[in-house]
Amino acid sequence: MRSKLEEPDRHFRGQPGAKAGSFIGARSRVQVLVAALKPLVLAFTGTGNMEELDGEPTLTLIPGINSKKRQMCFDWGPGEMLVCETLFKKKEKEEKVLGCPFIYIVRKDIDVYSRILRKLFNESHSIFVGLQRIEEESGGKSRKAQLVRVSKNYRSVIRACMEEMHQVAIAAQDPVCGRQYSSQVSILSAVELIWNLCEILFIEVAPAGPLLLHLLDWVRLHVCEMDGLSADVLGSENPNKHENFWNLATLFVLQGRLDEARQMLSKEADANPASASMCRVLGDLMRTMPILSPGNTQTLTELELKWQHWHEECERHLQDGTFASNPHLESLCKIMLGDDNALLGQKELLSNWYHFLVTRLLYSHPTVKPIELHFYAQSSLDLFLGGDSSPEPLDNILMAAFEFDIHQVIKECSFGSNMREFLLLEYASGLFAHHSLWQLGVDYFDHCPELGRVYLELHIERIPLNTEQKALKVLRICERRQMTEQVRSICKILAMKAVCNNRLGSALSWSIRAKDAAFATLVSDRFLKDYCERGSFSDLDLIDNLGPAMMLSDRLTFLGKYREFHRLYGEKRFADAASLLLSLMTSQIAPRSFWMTLLTDALPLLEQKQVIFSAEQTYELMQCLEDLTIGRPEPRGLEGQRPQEDDIETTKVEMLRLALARNLARAIVKEGTLEGS
Amino acid sequence: MFVARSIAADHKDLIHDVSFDFHGRRMATCSSDQSVKVWDKSESGDWHCTASWKTHSGSVWRVTWAHPEFGQVLASCSFDRTAAVWEEIVGESNDKLRGQSHWVKRTTLVDSRTSVTDVKFAPKHMGLMLATCSADGVVRIYEAPDVMNLSQWSLQHEISCKLSCSCISWNPSSSRAHSPMIAVGSDDSSPNVSAKVQIYEYNENTRKYAKAESLMTVTDPVHDISFAPNLGRSFHILAVATKDVRIFTLKPVRKELTSSGGPTKFEIHIVAQFDNHNSQVWRVSWNITGTVLASSGDDGCVRLWKANYMDNWKCTGILKGNGSPVNGSSSQQAISNASLGSNNPNLQNSLNGSSASRKHS
Repeated sequence: MRSKLEEPDRHFRGQPGAKAGSFIGARSRVQVLVAALKPLVLAFTGTGNMEELDGEPTLTLIPGINSKKRQMCFDWGPGEMLVCETLFKKKEKEEKVLGCPFIYIVRKDIDVYSRILRKLFNESHSIFVGLQRIEEESGGKSRKAQLVRVSKNYRSVIRACMEEMHQVAIAAQDPVCGRQYSSQVSILSAVELIWNLCEILFIEVAPAGPLLLHLLDWVRLHVCEMDGLSADVLGSENPNKHENFWNLATLFVLQGRLDEARQMLSKEADANPASASMCRVLGDLMRTMPILSPGNTQTLTELELKWQHWHEECERHLQDGTFASNPHLESLCKIMLGDDNALLGQKELLSNWYHFLVTRLLYSHPTVKPIELHFYAQSSLDLFLGGDSSPEPLDNILMAAFEFDIHQVIKECSFGSNMREFLLLEYASGLFAHHSLWQLGVDYFDHCPELGRVYLELHIERIPLNTEQKALKVLRICERRQMTEQVRSICKILAMKAVCNNRLGSALSWSIRAKDAAFATLVSDRFLKDYCERGSFSDLDLIDNLGPAMMLSDRLTFLGKYREFHRLYGEKRFADAASLLLSLMTSQIAPRSFWMTLLTDALPLLEQKQVIFSAEQTYELMQCLEDLTIGRPEPRGLEGQRPQEDDIETTKVEMLRLALARNLARAIVKEGTLEGS
Repeated sequence: MFVARSIAADHKDLIHDVSFDFHGRRMATCSSDQSVKVWDKSESGDWHCTASWKTHSGSVWRVTWAHPEFGQVLASCSFDRTAAVWEEIVGESNDKLRGQSHWVKRTTLVDSRTSVTDVKFAPKHMGLMLATCSADGVVRIYEAPDVMNLSQWSLQHEISCKLSCSCISWNPSSSRAHSPMIAVGSDDSSPNVSAKVQIYEYNENTRKYAKAESLMTVTDPVHDISFAPNLGRSFHILAVATKDVRIFTLKPVRKELTSSGGPTKFEIHIVAQFDNHNSQVWRVSWNITGTVLASSGDDGCVRLWKANYMDNWKCTGILKGNGSPVNGSSSQQAISNASLGSNNPNLQNSLNGSSASRKHS
């Protein structure tokens, strides 16, 4: 008791693992959370290859292409690749060599567009966004608890998805479909298994003592044969006659569920008086096994002492042959002594090496430190596989997690901060490659301080703008982030598309949105040209409501003003219309090429009954007409249609001159009359 | 990776190039049959050939799309010593009904006296420009000053590289700190040891392209070259396809340290070199973000190279022909085996039909 008062918690703080945890810091725990996301992403990369960066490259066979004789040409698209057979040694005079007549589209991810997986992507996205907010807002002590909660949230989303998928797999009518669902269930289950381990090792950062308890929970959660077996045996009429009675008892012991194991022993004792005393002795050993319970305040030293004592007692019973007459009980006792051979004898029940590892730790090294884990993990893997088979990807990942403790510290010192971003960028890029999940990727990029922005820029401009709605969605995302170049480019693309399809109104509004003056000028010219040809404007609503956007380009201003002239004329506000028309020329807003049209527009005004253009205005109009005709070359009369066109033009000028002169006369008379009166 | 679709190409000779448009919804192919085909992806994800026309009077080596800001524009280059620019025009309603589009030739660039081996549009911030290179060792840069009138292209620059040119790549960086830059590769195989990759930079003062660097370590024939997307970096990354795959970084040496007004000098480092293709490498190309480099080589494979977060480059994927001739269902089987997603409902049943008549020709 003395030691407890003197050195509170010494061992907890003194563990190397705990120390590592304390300077890893909260930010890095988030990185690890994300690191755990990585296998999830990889799990859906088609080949189920979980070791993308460390393992062998994935091989994809392209049918029909003969790699022995030919090569492949290819191109990258935003989410996929084009591949086709070719020969690169260029020989023009070669006889025709037909190759594989197909072009192939190769994609990285299998289509993850299923309702269930979509939910997983969506929910993990909202957990992620929430987590970023926590990171920004809070600090201090509660952080670890919060992160553990977030991690558990992630896991429960995965579990929910897994269960739903499992139900669908069972219900599937089509065996192929069912197999696909089942394979996704096993992927999700592996992901959750890995995640849970990472949570224990890197988020909880459980120190010696509690570490083992967490690992036991982990194994219990993921080795689920137990539940079925337990119901089967204990639910039967005569459990101790059940063929699996001892298997279940053994499993209980292997998982450290000693209370349940003891209950089974007492059943055996009741049914079998001959072994009753043996059962009681073993039961006592089980009851007295020292364990660190969460509420207990004893120190690790105390625990180790007690455990050593208990271990010796078990050993003595075994040596004394206490259980010699009952092989089942003797085997249980050996397991409780952590005897490797006895444990390996239960391979079937253990079902995998990490269960073996945890059982071994429980009965041989209950106060294992995080830093020692990888050593035991490696030897457990080696012993369990025994050279019969080689480790699978899942084994490698778990092993990496057990080793991670040391590496993490190293990484944190050198390039830790990049890893979080690297993984997030990868994940978000994956989402962007998908036609309906790309929007989730945006938020992930937002939380990558270094390269997130440029990744988003590169990806978002490749989103196909097949509908206006989609284009507006993409634009909103860009505008909210002040991505002006992307906004400009997207609007420009849409403007160009509209022009090519002769949708001038749409083209104009997109070029206004792109703030592209040159293009607005171009579209305005098209409008004016259209008007000259057809005598009417299209898209009146747009042009009438340009507002300040009219100032984007001179030509657009002119278009707006010119349309205003027509409106005034239509409303019979002839005086206003006339002075606007004139000012368009005198202020040089109207392009020279359009002056003749404007002057022609003046004709009906000149020929109204009442005088509209004043004498002064008429002089100005005349000046404009002369300016326009003075620079004109004389009719040449050599090239085809020219003379005829020039004839028309000459007639027009003559008519205008006449109309102007007449108007001038009327205006002078009228103005003189007014002055005189 | 898995094969999602196969599309019967229906070219009458070897295909030399395939090219996705900017959004990946259209593609173009070109062939020794002197034609270019354009394919469009429907809403349901099927690909349809919407145009196919004779473009040149020789093998068409390359076909490439302009940025969609300039409309639907293609450029092609050929053994017939020309490059050409094509524009899609919104066709007559007849064409539309038949699901066909109409492409018109806007210009033929006839300046080369030998086969035009590559054609590339410049990054869009430079306007509508394109570069060609040819076997006679000249890189030509053309510009369409009026983007609405693609029939007018003016030859802006002629860069004489002295060595037969096989490939060009524009530096995509739009940073003001970087002048326009183009890298040129040569497949000259005469026994000399001159550098086969040259980098030219535009000089604002002289308004000319001048040689900035040569990659002295690359002395074997070069077949393709590609700058990576810039990502806001101060330095450039260049992939080179020669007898192996090489990745270089080019770090500009600060201006004040060089003679002012002259071309930028670079510190050049090789960051990766892979000989997994065993022999010649023919194509190199980066994905959108420049995180994955794909290369195609004499081993008949496309290999994918990727750096991890510590900038260690590794091969992460291989695309390999399974060697079987195309005949009906057996190929489909092979597609299925290659991936976890063992059913490929999307796989078009185009593996029969036209192939049957000439599978062993």
